[in-house]
Amino acid sequence: MLRFTLRRLLLALVVGVAVSAIAFMLLRISGDLAISLAGEDASPADVERIREQYGLNRPIIVQYAEWLWRAVRGDLGRSLFYPESVANLIMSRLPVTLSLAGAGLVIALLISLPLGIIAALKRNTWVDRGALGVAVIGQAMPNFWFGLLMIFFFGLTLGWLPISGSDTWLHFVMPAITLGWFSAPVLMRLTRGGMVEVMTSDYIRTARAKGLPARVVVLKHALRNAIIPVVALCSVQFGNMLSGSVIIETVFALQGIGYLAWEAISRRDFPVVQGILLLVALFYVALTLLADILNAWLDPRIRRG
Amino acid sequence: MSDITATPPPMKLRKKRGRILGNSGLILAGTVLGLITLMAIFAPFIAPYDPYLQTLDDRLIPPAFIDAEMADPRYLLGTDNLGRDYLSRLIYGARISLLIGLLTMLVSGVIGTVLGVAAGYFGGRVDTVVSFLITTRLSLPVVMVALAVVAVAGGSLQVVVLVLGLLLWDRFAVVMRSATMQLRNLEYVAAAQAVGCSTPRILVGEILPNLIPALVVVASYEMAQAILLEAALSFLGLGVQPPLPSWGLMVAEAKEVMLFDPWVILLPGLAICVLVLAINMLGDGIRDVTAPEGRS
Repeated sequence: MLRFTLRRLLLALVVGVAVSAIAFMLLRISGDLAISLAGEDASPADVERIREQYGLNRPIIVQYAEWLWRAVRGDLGRSLFYPESVANLIMSRLPVTLSLAGAGLVIALLISLPLGIIAALKRNTWVDRGALGVAVIGQAMPNFWFGLLMIFFFGLTLGWLPISGSDTWLHFVMPAITLGWFSAPVLMRLTRGGMVEVMTSDYIRTARAKGLPARVVVLKHALRNAIIPVVALCSVQFGNMLSGSVIIETVFALQGIGYLAWEAISRRDFPVVQGILLLVALFYVALTLLADILNAWLDPRIRRG
Repeated sequence: MSDITATPPPMKLRKKRGRILGNSGLILAGTVLGLITLMAIFAPFIAPYDPYLQTLDDRLIPPAFIDAEMADPRYLLGTDNLGRDYLSRLIYGARISLLIGLLTMLVSGVIGTVLGVAAGYFGGRVDTVVSFLITTRLSLPVVMVALAVVAVAGGSLQVVVLVLGLLLWDRFAVVMRSATMQLRNLEYVAAAQAVGCSTPRILVGEILPNLIPALVVVASYEMAQAILLEAALSFLGLGVQPPLPSWGLMVAEAKEVMLFDPWVILLPGLAICVLVLAINMLGDGIRDVTAPEGRS
């Protein structure tokens, strides 16, 4: 277990360095930032001045090393738009996104666990096919469109929920449902698959044979084993939700880091863009690390694989 | 994932045909996708109007099934807030979605397949490097990275395809890697090695043909993903640029008038939905037909 953890930790570290390099280089490779910052019709002298001012004329490796060294100590530079440091800006918006992703995950589980279990118990019946159909159709909808439809029905027509902003918990209801809805299908499939496998195993037959009620067999004996990969996938889904927040938060004008990212990208506020990219990527690296270790801890077969 | 990486045993042609015809989802999805493709190819002959033509006197005319009194028989699906014929824009929009979906799938398919097959066949160091690349790629937030690159490089069709192609290869690599691993240990590959076939010949002649069923399934999934992502990027204003009739862009333009004319938002979203659903169902259908045991 220790060897597995150390090896996995090393991989996470190397990947972390790689994503930091990509987060930094990405904007440099895509085009000339100085021209992008100065605007289309700036004079060459202006462009040169900006290049000088932001240190864009130095070798990119030097710039990256300096940025990384500062980033490690929590200094991500200053925003070009807000009179604030990137780190402060991100920290002030992070709670919104974390609450959104947390609520989204809860909703995803509320949809996927019951549906997955029922689909597995009623395998190959119309219930199973119906649940699968919902999953397939759900995944085909563009998430921003789903969000707008909710805004139209529950916000504009019925007036039940606020349609933009992040002041109260009511503002989080629709975004969280949207986020959860699109994470539910993959969790549902995994729950169903796990339950089908477990329900046909010997120990479940034994539990049934000794006369335990069906509810106990399903919820206590079967679900406990079937849910291991689901729990692990949840942490990965949480990471996906952080990166998916950019669309959802923009639709609902929820002031989290996704909305901040979209604003910063539109305004060419590249220190903020780099900071958010780095943070979201590192979150994902940490969460997959957690998922792998969790899986290995709960299921010894993986450690040796 | 094991169900799509399993290699199908040879199947008699007649049995296969029966399976295809017996799979109603596959037939339906294929028909819908075929119709959308024909619509996209022959758009100039089918569309009743120029999709860019603005008739400012005829703005936001609803279709007959929304409001029979306000409807105008000249515009079957109404007009948008610049007085452009909605049906024509939806028809031309299919071109953008299909083109971007197809090209992105090709770019990411080539990258992912080359990496995955190399990792699965050679193993060892190559596998370590490819696995590292896959993990790194998965850590990058797709939408944010794509938005950032389009913001700096410009929102042309080529940039969108390139960015999405460079981001969506991971699933190809993962599936091709494990499928190749299974194949390389089979006897006929060992036999080919024993009689002295060169490595490229084994890869192209023996391995690749057997990967095609899994490849088609992943390709259909990734094409659907690319279409959804293009729509999202265009919706956020950092994808295909106006006045192109991208379905995602049409939803963004409709957002401003959704309070009084919600149908404007409904139609392009439904179009995306139908196309993505057809592609996904086609992929699922092909998986069911090629996997001998079917869905478990």
